[in-house]
Amino acid sequence: MEGCSKTGEQACPQLLDLMAKERRKWLVMRDGEASSSEEKKLELRLGPPGGEDKRWSLKDSTNRERDDHHHQYLLSLGYFSSTNNSNNNGFSFLHHHSSRSLPVMAKESSQPCCTKVADLQSAAEKKAFPSSAPAKNTAVPNSSQKRTAPAPVVGWPPIRSFRKNLAGASASKLPASESPNDVPSKTVDEKPAHEPGRKNPFVKINMDGVPIGRKVDLNAYDSYEKLSAAVDELFRGLLAAQRDSSAGGLVNKQEEEKAITGVLDGSGEYTLVYEDNEGDRMLVGDVPWHMFVSTVTRLRVLKSSEVSALSREKFGNSRQDKILA
Amino acid sequence: MLKKMSYSSLPEDVLEHVFSFVQSDKDRNVISLVCKSWYEIERWCRRRIFVGNCYAVSPRMAIRRFPEVRSVELKGKPHFADFNLVPEGWGGYVYPWIRAMAGGYPWLEELKLKRMVVTDESLELIAKSLKNFKVLVLSSCEGFSTHGLAAIAADCKNLKELDLWESDVEDPSGNWLSKFPDTCTSLVSLNIACLGSEVSFSALERLVVRCPNLRTLRLNRAVPLEKLAHLLRQAPQLVELGTGTYSADLRPDIFSNLAGAFSGCKELKSLSGFWDVVPAYLPAVYSVCSGLTTLNLSYATIQSPDLIKLVSQCPKLQCLWVLDYIEDSGLEALAATCKDLRELRVFPSEPFGDEPNVSLTEQGLVLVSEGCPKLESVLYFCRRMSNDALVTIAKNRPSMIRFRLCIIDPQTPDYLTLEPLDVGFGAIVQHCKDLRRLSLSGLLTDRVFEYIGTYAKKLEMLSVAFAGESDLGLHHVLSGCDSLRKLEIMDCPFGDKALLANAAKLETMRSLWMSSCSVSFEACKLLGQKMPRLNVEVIDESGPPDSRPELPVKKLYIYRTVTGRRIDMPGFVWNVGEDSALRLS
Repeated sequence: MEGCSKTGEQACPQLLDLMAKERRKWLVMRDGEASSSEEKKLELRLGPPGGEDKRWSLKDSTNRERDDHHHQYLLSLGYFSSTNNSNNNGFSFLHHHSSRSLPVMAKESSQPCCTKVADLQSAAEKKAFPSSAPAKNTAVPNSSQKRTAPAPVVGWPPIRSFRKNLAGASASKLPASESPNDVPSKTVDEKPAHEPGRKNPFVKINMDGVPIGRKVDLNAYDSYEKLSAAVDELFRGLLAAQRDSSAGGLVNKQEEEKAITGVLDGSGEYTLVYEDNEGDRMLVGDVPWHMFVSTVTRLRVLKSSEVSALSREKFGNSRQDKILA
Repeated sequence: MLKKMSYSSLPEDVLEHVFSFVQSDKDRNVISLVCKSWYEIERWCRRRIFVGNCYAVSPRMAIRRFPEVRSVELKGKPHFADFNLVPEGWGGYVYPWIRAMAGGYPWLEELKLKRMVVTDESLELIAKSLKNFKVLVLSSCEGFSTHGLAAIAADCKNLKELDLWESDVEDPSGNWLSKFPDTCTSLVSLNIACLGSEVSFSALERLVVRCPNLRTLRLNRAVPLEKLAHLLRQAPQLVELGTGTYSADLRPDIFSNLAGAFSGCKELKSLSGFWDVVPAYLPAVYSVCSGLTTLNLSYATIQSPDLIKLVSQCPKLQCLWVLDYIEDSGLEALAATCKDLRELRVFPSEPFGDEPNVSLTEQGLVLVSEGCPKLESVLYFCRRMSNDALVTIAKNRPSMIRFRLCIIDPQTPDYLTLEPLDVGFGAIVQHCKDLRRLSLSGLLTDRVFEYIGTYAKKLEMLSVAFAGESDLGLHHVLSGCDSLRKLEIMDCPFGDKALLANAAKLETMRSLWMSSCSVSFEACKLLGQKMPRLNVEVIDESGPPDSRPELPVKKLYIYRTVTGRRIDMPGFVWNVGEDSALRLS
């Protein structure tokens, strides 16, 4: 590589020229600030940092929900940041959470602070928190902010999918810790839910009208509710993009953000079905979760209108046969 | 005193001989920069190359520069692919490399791949064209099946090592092992732990029996415990063993047979496997514990009391991977017994649970940092942490090289003070001067990045999630960490300003990953245009990123390259560089 170090010196000024005025301002600000408070900030100390910045209260209104949590948090902890000086041009804390790519995470990530502040000592009270989660699956996608169970965020916690699979399979052999979604498979005597044969926890999932297929890691969920929330999370954006392009790009925000609801009970526009290991197509939702996990080979989100009353009945029968068999 | 000596006056073969003693890639690179003749000599005698990003250089260029290479190590996908952040079909295909090497390196002996897509076709090409092929290591690779492995087994006559470390292998048949010809006696290492289906046990046994130099054997879960004793008696020379399923009905004869077989393996230094472990059978390995240096129990659901018994028998242990069932009490035993411990990894047994299912806290790690003076590498999943604990760990073990802490709930503060963990991680980077790898978690403000930029001068890889408040955080890291090579960030409010202000830094790094951050598509374009030697790739499965300019880009992968844009980009990856700018304008 020729002149690597040279470019190091040159490229920066060049880029600075390209940066908008306020960006330069930022750099200048940064310099000034650094000189004034360098020593103070670099000191390692256990006391709360900063305390002089009031910008926390100047959040833009789109993040209100989140801010509420944080205000709560701030009020109870008296913690302020001192270093977010660059946040002033509409660049609010955790701005990315307003992006629709992570609708679930945006809420979830704020929960731990909130919960912990609310009551750190009492585990019992903390436990009561999850129980506020809606049990009705129809309500899930719209009310995802009420759920407190850690949502299956892609990439977090950072565990290799390979490991997840194997650890999950083994863990199911152990005495289960109590969980609201406990299923029979978690008891000691029964066979593990995820057979050792289930090498790959990822199941392909496709949606009517969306050309791109996805994969879901079934070990990341423990209930149909979480699965249906994941379906919404996976496809909401894709579906909107699809509608967007077919409508000539003139769809308003609200339309884009429309949640995919009711995939489990047929009440929504879409219905979730699956193919089991014998190649039969089944409705997702009423065999016990562990049975579903151990037999599903593929998931599909079909237009409910296409899942006709007739096939609905057929689904039902085949399911019943299976359970009886 | 001698006059200034002209290095070029030394005969070429003398220099070549001298260079052959220089093992480190870095040093070889430096040698090649001394003068033109050294560059020439060095490139002809380089036998081993490592390419940390298969898209940073083309196979043709690599072969042209280093014509006599025998060993190639390649890496493909970004590290975050491990956590399912890289969509399927992203790339990282090894076939172009194999095709080029089949012609350019007919004497290639070793190929080590990580996070690459390896097709059966690639494996068949290796088997067919590389006559002296000896070592195949596929770490976290995918895209191939046992058919490809069968070709390797059948045609690589001198195969010494076949390692499928945590690869995702389609395995329609366990019969591929029988494709090793009867003349194959050269195997030294065989790792098939990742395979899901049953392997032909008779073929495995025959292979083990006829390979007298076999040192490493890692079985898969399908190999039953009853067969293990039998295999061990055939291969008492084993140094590293991965068991299969470690469960059976409780029968004294099985136990004594197994214990007897283990006690015959005097060389054993490493154990792994232990799938579905039945604790009553664990004492069968006690006889070899005193010699063990490595124990990978990260798939073994052994509870704390049994782990304590096991670990307490392993005074020479240097490396322990374990599930969090070990709990604080087990780590206390570890700290008391294993004074040689260098590496500890504690994985979560229930990463998605709401509540802790085990009693594993920051205390366990503190105890190990106190008790194990050689500890230098940590990966630790837990649910609570405090600044005090981190400060203690940092002070106890300033020799730490790798420190990866994952507090499972994002943005968890110090559980004692409810403050951010900035000070704790700050202490880690301040005290551990040789820290090369760091993963952050918990509640963190920009302050922690200021500490990192100020102190972590040797840091090479940094992983960040749900941290920081503003561009300043990223700016501190990019402007301060002089040795940084890989930076991966998810869900942080870092955006355009920090990225653009440090654009030149990116050329000195191998790669930068940012997902769910605040970088705009405009900034990506600007970066791509201004830095032609960077590939700036936006990954978005929901459509072209320029159709939603008001939103930040979803995933961004930036890496330096000398070959320009890659040609195998799928539809959901956009290279935003010069070309696209021309096309757009």
